[in-house]
Amino acid sequence: MTPLTQINAEITTHPAGDLLTSEEVSLARRELRRKKLIALALVIPLLIFLFFTFVAPIGTMLYRSVYNPTVAELIPQTLSSLESWDGQGMPDKAVMSQMAADMKRLANLRKSGKLAESINRYLPGTSSVIKSTARKLRRKDDQKIISQGAEFLLAANDKWSQPEIWQALIKAGKVYTDGYFLTALDLERNDAGDIQQRTSTQIYIKLYAKTLRMALIITFMCLLLGYPLAYYLANAPSKTANMLMILVLLPFWTSLLVRTTAWIAMLQTNGVINSLLTSLHVISSPLEMLYTEFSTIIAMTHILLPFMILPLYSVMKGIDPSLMRAAMSMGAKPPSAFISVYFPNTLPGLSAGALLVFIISVGYYITPALVGGTDGQMISNIIAFHMQQSNNWGLAAALGSLLLVLILTLYWVYDRFVGASNIKLG
Amino acid sequence: MKQEFPGYYTFWHKLGAYSLKFSAWLVLFFLIMPILVILPLSFNVEPYFTFTPGMVRLDPDAYSLRWYEAIVENDNWMLAIKNSFIVGIFATILATFFGTLAAVGLSSQYMPYKRLIMALLLSPMIVPLIIVAAGMFFFYTKFNLAGTYTGLIIAHAALGIPFVIITVTATLSGFDRSLYFAGLSMGSSPLKTFRDVVVPLIRPGVISGAMFAFVTSFDEVVLVLFLAGPGQRTIPRQMFSGLREQINPTILAVASLLILISILFLLTLEYLRRRSERLRGLEHIN
Repeated sequence: MTPLTQINAEITTHPAGDLLTSEEVSLARRELRRKKLIALALVIPLLIFLFFTFVAPIGTMLYRSVYNPTVAELIPQTLSSLESWDGQGMPDKAVMSQMAADMKRLANLRKSGKLAESINRYLPGTSSVIKSTARKLRRKDDQKIISQGAEFLLAANDKWSQPEIWQALIKAGKVYTDGYFLTALDLERNDAGDIQQRTSTQIYIKLYAKTLRMALIITFMCLLLGYPLAYYLANAPSKTANMLMILVLLPFWTSLLVRTTAWIAMLQTNGVINSLLTSLHVISSPLEMLYTEFSTIIAMTHILLPFMILPLYSVMKGIDPSLMRAAMSMGAKPPSAFISVYFPNTLPGLSAGALLVFIISVGYYITPALVGGTDGQMISNIIAFHMQQSNNWGLAAALGSLLLVLILTLYWVYDRFVGASNIKLG
Repeated sequence: MKQEFPGYYTFWHKLGAYSLKFSAWLVLFFLIMPILVILPLSFNVEPYFTFTPGMVRLDPDAYSLRWYEAIVENDNWMLAIKNSFIVGIFATILATFFGTLAAVGLSSQYMPYKRLIMALLLSPMIVPLIIVAAGMFFFYTKFNLAGTYTGLIIAHAALGIPFVIITVTATLSGFDRSLYFAGLSMGSSPLKTFRDVVVPLIRPGVISGAMFAFVTSFDEVVLVLFLAGPGQRTIPRQMFSGLREQINPTILAVASLLILISILFLLTLEYLRRRSERLRGLEHIN
């Protein structure tokens, strides 16, 4: 029950409620509403600020994952004349001439490359067809294109006589598409329009699985390293614990890029660890540690370890040491006392830390990008790749939307079991 | 440190205690080692990321300040340092202002939909930066905010807000409301009471929230990669391209300076925490 409904209930069910006149009851309610509004008024500026700086941008990304205006904006007239085509055989000559006119216009605007790139995603191999045809059409007379555009197209390239390219135009011309999501899920539509597994390349599902696997390994490593340290700190004299806690918090406060730089310096072929091992004659030739999955996992474990230690430490601090003593006085050996008494009591901190580490590592970008090489890449890195290098923003948005759904589900679990406001900052 | 064991401890008890201590120190070493490696390497006279034999012998000629001088001589680094402070300071002001106001509202027992709003306000801490960056790139480009200081500042402010909310609500949760009512009962106006009684008590929380917000902005690189133009490159952005393109020990010198800043921040925070505990301790005596 929220405080408000509680108070409302109190007003109506209170023994004195019968003694209050209806005016007094409504007065009390009005007072309550006023307080509620004051509290809300303090939060609203921030909500508005966050809406414009954070929520709306993410909404735009979600929208981008189904919104595909490029082709529709480039060849609007061709697309509207293609509506009359039944998809069987070849479209009318008028449609083809319209396409020729659109392409001439685009060629003069230097936008045919954009069209070629977009259509190519739907029918691989089309890019060169469109570019070469557009080049040939550029110098043709407008009047002639209207009358003989279809002939020009067919003369420029055989592909224009196949229905596939026209079907691809229609597909690419849809303003709203599920195509990006299908690609992101390694699916495709067959000729009959049914969804099936993509036959050519299957990369994204594998990448999601790999990301989850790496996040699990990192979480487990953090647990393995964090648990004994948190236990030691929680049971050490408070002076010692406070001093040592600084050693935990210092890396937590140190810039992420500084820590990543440090790992590069240590793991490089000619780096600190390799020189040390060579000079101690443990190895004869340097190990290749940087730019692998291993380096991503070790650097991320290091970066996320404090997120595991802090909640574990604060839970362990609250466990009464006499519990263990009681168990042992009843005859339990330390290991079994630990397993059946102490460990269950640490589960809240353990799950809070593990969930947080897992959530953060699933969406991590910087460290894999810098130390991951090719096989340490995670899903965020492929999203960045599609944003910056392949310029396939729709696909980036679809991959991002799937990642967002995953993260929000985990966040919901976290909020339910731990409470979002219980994130430990030191 | 000599450890005292209870009399009933067997050999195995003691072995367990020592191995626990050993593994705890091992993990601490793992945590602190990268920082310990960077500091001396930044004084390396050679352009390598490793200890030279001279450095191991502690030969003074093997150490130099050349990489620190290189920072000062490089216009890109100086611009990056300036940008980091501009963006960080303004983002902190925005985040602290909106965040503190909201935290006061959220701490009221009359706040409706508290849990939902809290989860929403804290989500910038959870949503992967690449998603935020992609969304902001689409959205801010539409409003001509990409490639501007304003765009970067409001983006970083959004990221810093959760930290302000967490620290200020934590301070407020230990806040004795009767102090506020005491002020009112003495005839002070609500605003004046807030200024003279509430603000001094929550100040440690506000300051540490502001510090978290500043560090978040100061350390952030993904949004900068997507939103900043060449004129708005910040320190982490400069480090990122340095690590990707030509690795140069100047980065180690910059990293060492950043470590120094972190140490200062950590000590300030620790001081604030103790102060806040002391202030709260006084309440309990009353």
